[in-house]
Amino acid sequence: MLIAVVALAALGVLLGVILSMAARFLSVDSDPLADELEQMLPNLQCGQCGFVGCRPAAEALSAGEIEVTLCPPGGVALAAKLAEKLHVEIDLSKMDHEPLVAFVHEERCIGCTKCILVCPTDCIIGAPKKLHTVIASACVGGAACLEVCPTDCIEMVPVTIKEASVQSWNWPKPGSPQSSSSLHSKSSQLATGGAD
Amino acid sequence: MSRAKTISAPFTHAITSVPRTMLLVMLALAPATAFSLYQFGWPAIILFFIIIGSSLLFEALSLLIARKPVTPFLLDGSAVLTGWLVAMALPPWAPWWIGVLGGFIAIVFGKHIYGGLGQNIFNPAMVARIALLISFPLEMTFFMQPQPLFAQQSPNFLQAMDIIFMGGINIDALTSASTLTQIKVLQFDGQSIEAATGLVSYLPTAMLGVLPGSMGEMSVLSLIVGGVFLLALRIISWHTPVAMFASMALIAGIAHFFNPAFHPGMWTHLFSGGFVLGAFFIATDYVTQPVSNSGRLIFGAGVGALTFVIRAYSIFPEGVGFAILLMNAMTPLIDHYIKPRIFGRSKSGEPLASEQLERGRQ
Amino acid sequence: MKLFEIKGGVLPKDHKELSANKAIQEVPMPLELSLPMHQHIGIAAKPMVQVGERVTKGQLIGLCATQCLEGSASNNRITAPVHAPTSGRISNIAMQRSPHPSGLPEMMVTLQPDGADRWGALPRALDPASSSASELVERIQQSGIVGMGGAMFPTAAKLEARKYSDLHSLIINGAECEPYLTADDRLMREQAQKIVDGIVILQHILNVPNVIIAIEDRRVHAVDAMRTAIGAHKGMSVVLVPTRYPMGSEKHLIKALTGQEVPSGSLPSSLGLIVNNVGTAYAIHEAVRLGQPLISRIVTVSGGAIKNPGNYHVLLGTKVSHLVETCGGFSQQPEQMMIGGPMMGLPFSDLEVPITKGTNGILALTKSEVKPGTHRPCIRCGACIPACPSGLEPQDLFVLVRNEKIEPAIDAGLADCILCGACSYVCPSHIPLVQFFNYGKGQALEMRNEVVRAARLKQLSDERSVRVEEKARQKKAKQEARKKAIAARKKAQEQERAQAGEVKA
Repeated sequence: MLIAVVALAALGVLLGVILSMAARFLSVDSDPLADELEQMLPNLQCGQCGFVGCRPAAEALSAGEIEVTLCPPGGVALAAKLAEKLHVEIDLSKMDHEPLVAFVHEERCIGCTKCILVCPTDCIIGAPKKLHTVIASACVGGAACLEVCPTDCIEMVPVTIKEASVQSWNWPKPGSPQSSSSLHSKSSQLATGGAD
Repeated sequence: MSRAKTISAPFTHAITSVPRTMLLVMLALAPATAFSLYQFGWPAIILFFIIIGSSLLFEALSLLIARKPVTPFLLDGSAVLTGWLVAMALPPWAPWWIGVLGGFIAIVFGKHIYGGLGQNIFNPAMVARIALLISFPLEMTFFMQPQPLFAQQSPNFLQAMDIIFMGGINIDALTSASTLTQIKVLQFDGQSIEAATGLVSYLPTAMLGVLPGSMGEMSVLSLIVGGVFLLALRIISWHTPVAMFASMALIAGIAHFFNPAFHPGMWTHLFSGGFVLGAFFIATDYVTQPVSNSGRLIFGAGVGALTFVIRAYSIFPEGVGFAILLMNAMTPLIDHYIKPRIFGRSKSGEPLASEQLERGRQ
Repeated sequence: MKLFEIKGGVLPKDHKELSANKAIQEVPMPLELSLPMHQHIGIAAKPMVQVGERVTKGQLIGLCATQCLEGSASNNRITAPVHAPTSGRISNIAMQRSPHPSGLPEMMVTLQPDGADRWGALPRALDPASSSASELVERIQQSGIVGMGGAMFPTAAKLEARKYSDLHSLIINGAECEPYLTADDRLMREQAQKIVDGIVILQHILNVPNVIIAIEDRRVHAVDAMRTAIGAHKGMSVVLVPTRYPMGSEKHLIKALTGQEVPSGSLPSSLGLIVNNVGTAYAIHEAVRLGQPLISRIVTVSGGAIKNPGNYHVLLGTKVSHLVETCGGFSQQPEQMMIGGPMMGLPFSDLEVPITKGTNGILALTKSEVKPGTHRPCIRCGACIPACPSGLEPQDLFVLVRNEKIEPAIDAGLADCILCGACSYVCPSHIPLVQFFNYGKGQALEMRNEVVRAARLKQLSDERSVRVEEKARQKKAKQEARKKAIAARKKAQEQERAQAGEVKA
């Protein structure tokens, strides 16, 4: 009996010591998960998530303080990847599918170039005393330009939905509302003799 | 479920459909069923309709609770077929509540708990049979000598109602043990199994179907006719039944060769109990067997081997139901590992190396 | 020749008897022709004419010139010009309803024929023997020839493979595996000589020793006609392939003929092969020998709802309604109309859409032909697995796509799906598998675009931060340099002062 108690106690102490040593000498300075998450984020440092950059956002993510749908530039694709990495369930359909982009109201722009200097992706073009404009496809929606504009001529607007064309059209999902939409009403009526 | 509102090709279709498949399986079951109903008389007929009726009832209730359209699912034949198979797997003179419970377990616990048609892991009919066998061993092993319809000893309709609903008249005189049960008893007693009745003349009597047993254990010949019909129409693939027969024949043959006093011969194993019914009608259930043909070979071989092991070494005389359920549990695993090779890719999924690239490398 | 087995496929009732035994007929000149500027894979052509302008038959009316190609972001600068199918007046240039399943409008030039059907000046006829390969390819490009089997890939671009691949065989695809369609069959029966001439031109361009003309074994008349036409041409042979859908799929035809599989994600040229349709060979013959651009094609009009099914020689831009009228109209209300065959065709409902370069058939099928069924849950019967010619597990793939698991679906082979429809055809639950895969492929494309965009944004952002840092560094260096200069000047002044003091002292 005594031997057993002593043996177990000794084992416990020994393991405790090993663990504390390991904690001390094998410790990792930064959170490895946060490192990985930072790699996954776009690293545009746009600040739309409310953090000053992607590193703090990654740390918050790894600590579980923020949802995986935090990053508008990353979009649904990134949210799905983060969810998989962090093993959390998300409802992607709830995510805002339409990211915002900057839009310059021409009548108020005075050509001060302040916005051009702060844009993280150089998506605003213009010259001093000349009207500026935004290349929407390169805008991450960081809104940094909004704050510096002296005339409040920049507004965040939803990305204009690509004009529906034969080239950009995709097949609707079976069972989705578009699948039986007016696009095809005539033939679907022909095919089924009306809705059921 | 809705009328397919197809906007994408193809705009033509093979004649296949779910109700057609179910109907053909029932057609294949019909000869064996008719023969068994004739052999066991009125009580079996009454029980048969009780089970199918209760299956339909529980199907309708489950669909209502799940808020699924009732009529189209009820008419697709899947519930009738499930009930039919449950009936085939029960003793023919079982009390009515065994039948109703069988229908309930098969439809609710076997199928709808998992999400309905196509979603279940285990074969519903076998779930019902095994659950009843474990819960009510007495009623479930109550077999009788066949009492052909209109024969002298055969109960008439009213007597049959009495047997099924009231626990009826004393029918002990008619009870008998199935061949496998006799073998099991002898095995337990450490005696040579050669004492089991009917073993000598086993093959012809089993083929014909005059030995005691469940409805689906009766006529091997008519079951084989049904199975060949399904194979000929390509409703089932040959892989599962052939693998089942082959693995059972091989293992039973070897075992019998080394210890004939303990192991019955290959033919006894193949044609007794529900092995033939299982091979053609239960193991081949689409939903619960692997989807690929090579997976089905593994599945069938597993069922055959497990059936032998259970029959020979467990306390149960019959093992097809257990074996099928155990292999059902393996189906997702088999499906995960047995995948066809994609065109233009290697077995591991990498694009094939092209000749020109290789030539460039040299 | 030894043939190899292809895995999968189905054998639907082919209904070819409806149109196969009638000679190709001409269609009366329609009142109006609508010519889409985008009748090919690649970049759309731009209208080269004005409203009101008079054009001659064969005149160029749509072109994507070098400048417009350079303006495009795409790396694949592929396009094809469009020509006037007859003489007449341009009455409209506008967005009009396209023969696309979406029914969305696209840019079309409308031509009112003047009835004279007068050819304009055509490029001179070329003698293939004395012309260089690049000369011939240029002619094919200028003539607007695209893959006539329905793929509509510009032929000239396809022939570029001769430059970067070591080609050894040309396969001519006469395996018209779609039910109902007999356009290629009829063309081979009636114009075998011209097709063979087109093949000789192709052989000359590609400089390949072997030509295999693959025809389904049930098309005996076409086989006879082609065998006779080949005569003593060297290295050319007609090979009968089993009648089985989708034998006409490029990659599966190659497998059947050579036993080799085109690696996933590669083109046949990676095996030293190139495949062209018989219709394409015919168009090449006309372009090279006569200088005539691609302005018409053979179209099968068939199906139980068509009064007089048959094959017709149709000017591009002819409205479907005109074609149906020529066939005597509908004998009954069609259940489903499609462009192409019933297995892979595209649905349409508006008869006022034009025939384009890729339209090999117009079908109007009755209910008994379409066999619409009730969509039920998957019962895992596995019928789709042996039916799939690409070795996929459609029942798995469809669940992934339905649950929006696009990336796992790509891993499971979504990109290898050729959308042949064999799985949907056999599915007892009538699940619209092909539509799920179409949808999944669209989603995959969008995801890829998003990834590309994110990478570009990241690059922009990185470039900027490098630049900002560089600027800051330069600024600092400048400041330091200035400080140093000031310090040095101060020191010098002090020294001067000291010296002056010394002098004073």
